[in-house]
Amino acid sequence: MTDSSTSLHPAPSRSRAYPYYSSPAWKRFLLTREFAVVIALIIVAVGASTSIRKFSSPLTLGYLLLDATPILLIALPMTLILISAEIDLSVASIVGLSNVTLGALFDAGWPVELAALAALVLGILCGAINGLLVTVVGLPSLAVTIGTLALFRGIAVGILGTKSVVNFPEYWTTLTTSIFGKSGIPYVIVLVVILALAFVLLLHFTPFGRGIFAIGRNQEVAAFSGVKVQRTKFILFVLSGLVSALAGIYFTFRYGSARGDNAQGLELTVIAAVLLGGVSIFGGKGALHGVLAGVLLIGTLQSALRFVNVTSDVINIVVGALLVASIVSPSFFAWLKGKIPRAARERASKAPASRG
Amino acid sequence: MTTLISPARKNPAARAIETLVKSRETGIVLALLMVLVVTTVRSPAFLVSTDGFRDLLLTPAIFVLLAIGQAMVIITRNIDLSVGSVVGLTAYLTGRLFVDFPGLPIPVAIIAGIALGALLGLINGALIACAKVPALVVTLGTLYIYRGVDVWWVGRKPINASDMPRDFLGFGVSSFLNIPTLAIIAALVLVAVGWYMRTTRGGRELYAIGSDPSAATLYGLRVAKRVILAFVACGALTGLAGVLFAARYGTVDSQAGTGFELISVAAAVVGGIAIFGGSGSVLGAAIGAVLLLTINRALPLLGVQDFWQQAVVGALILGAIALDRVLALRRFHKLIEIRDNAND
Repeated sequence: MTDSSTSLHPAPSRSRAYPYYSSPAWKRFLLTREFAVVIALIIVAVGASTSIRKFSSPLTLGYLLLDATPILLIALPMTLILISAEIDLSVASIVGLSNVTLGALFDAGWPVELAALAALVLGILCGAINGLLVTVVGLPSLAVTIGTLALFRGIAVGILGTKSVVNFPEYWTTLTTSIFGKSGIPYVIVLVVILALAFVLLLHFTPFGRGIFAIGRNQEVAAFSGVKVQRTKFILFVLSGLVSALAGIYFTFRYGSARGDNAQGLELTVIAAVLLGGVSIFGGKGALHGVLAGVLLIGTLQSALRFVNVTSDVINIVVGALLVASIVSPSFFAWLKGKIPRAARERASKAPASRG
Repeated sequence: MTTLISPARKNPAARAIETLVKSRETGIVLALLMVLVVTTVRSPAFLVSTDGFRDLLLTPAIFVLLAIGQAMVIITRNIDLSVGSVVGLTAYLTGRLFVDFPGLPIPVAIIAGIALGALLGLINGALIACAKVPALVVTLGTLYIYRGVDVWWVGRKPINASDMPRDFLGFGVSSFLNIPTLAIIAALVLVAVGWYMRTTRGGRELYAIGSDPSAATLYGLRVAKRVILAFVACGALTGLAGVLFAARYGTVDSQAGTGFELISVAAAVVGGIAIFGGSGSVLGAAIGAVLLLTINRALPLLGVQDFWQQAVVGALILGAIALDRVLALRRFHKLIEIRDNAND
């Protein structure tokens, strides 16, 4: 009982301390969760390319980036949504729906560019449905997006049935998988970089972005501080729908196919990567450089393990374990941190008592 | 305050009727009956024939177990996304036991499946309750891990019907008094868990934890222990479902049970379990599972291609949570009104 009451009402300290700003700038930047992920990415990348033969070839890098692209794309809006303490589980279904829409319209004789545009519009619409249900109707986003996860996927499967559309124009399929010279960097990375910069600007350098953090910390305080909570959330879900649809179009051209069950389960990988990148599931905490490093870390690890003939099931175990470890470790360290000073305090408080 | 609560003035019969009309379960039962009637009118074999009647009870049995387990976890304001992988692992364990130990008694296989499920649930619960991290993330992780272990274990040796004793497979489709055994098992579990959740202290504490975790802690409830127990129970029920899956379908490959977590969450939500815990009943979740699976089977007969089935499930989930919200708002306004009237 005493334990819980002290944690609820901490004794007011005499001198105010600002632990965060009291440390120098380089420390604040380097000793962070995000930077730990970046370091882990560098260690894995360097370790893999030195110890595995041919891993450091441009071909490997090219495929790694091509595979990571949809996750990199969707992770951007997902980060913002998680920071605002919401969640979007329907992203993979929007990818599938955009993939199927593009395929079905192309199959019906539409020009492929127009079909892609329609898929993007549909993605915005899907995001708007999520956003409306969360903001206007006031439903929890977890329940809403579990529902739309099934709904959007169901529509995608319903449209094409067991059919699949192939034979997309070669111009687009080769453009999507093309690589800059011998560098191993695919063209599509340009798109990823542009979007990533846009999202970094939006999240970290605009009032809108600070509003997202404020909402994640405390929605009511944010509302009283003048943040338009509902509008912000709505925009985030629309952005998520738009980027997911874009990833769906990429998916279509990358694999040259449209099927109802494409990209099933992708939402799990995206959320795992974002959380691994240091975004808190409770909201209010996270940074995009950590998330991008998290996505690439998972991608590099998968690629490296595949190189040494580790099968996909073991890779799944590793990804799952990473996710659990990344979420459990902060509480573990906090527990450890609390344990050591408390033990010291107890010793200190006991000593005079025994003397007296 | 007397204006707020005055149930004693009504006579018991009126109160019972009012409860029946207002209860969430009645709504789902009505929806289920509607589906049954409409489909049976369109094609009588759906209900009247022996096969139709048997499938009506047999198909949902496994999902009723999953929905009950999921409901217990969601009531504590948690969620278990790993159930699909747990079904896969326990179903494969069952088959593997029969291959490795020919002549193994069936009850031993069932107990082994339940025990493995409970163990996997214990891992989930211990991580969540001890590290105080969200169930969504932990069970997302264990969804990967358990499925990875399953795929690795199955390798290139899936279990076929010929690997399992005929008695066991017969048990999967057997009936007692024309009622499928699996449905009887599911019903027994439903009665036991329903009784536990409704009347015992442990069950009520699960509701208390779900409605307000910090209040439950301050009140002195042992939140961590109860949450772990809920996850163990969910795991055990999922393990039982895995064993029944093996008995019912006879083949277990590495993808067995994939996506079942979505169906179990959907069944619970459609059945009136609030996603943020503290309300709903396992009976509702069980009826929710029956409703989903019945719709599933009814769609082709109603002329809707079964590809659209998942879209219907999604629409149902959204409809159910929107309905919950409307009812909650109405209750809230009514309480405010009563309070304002009392103050005047």
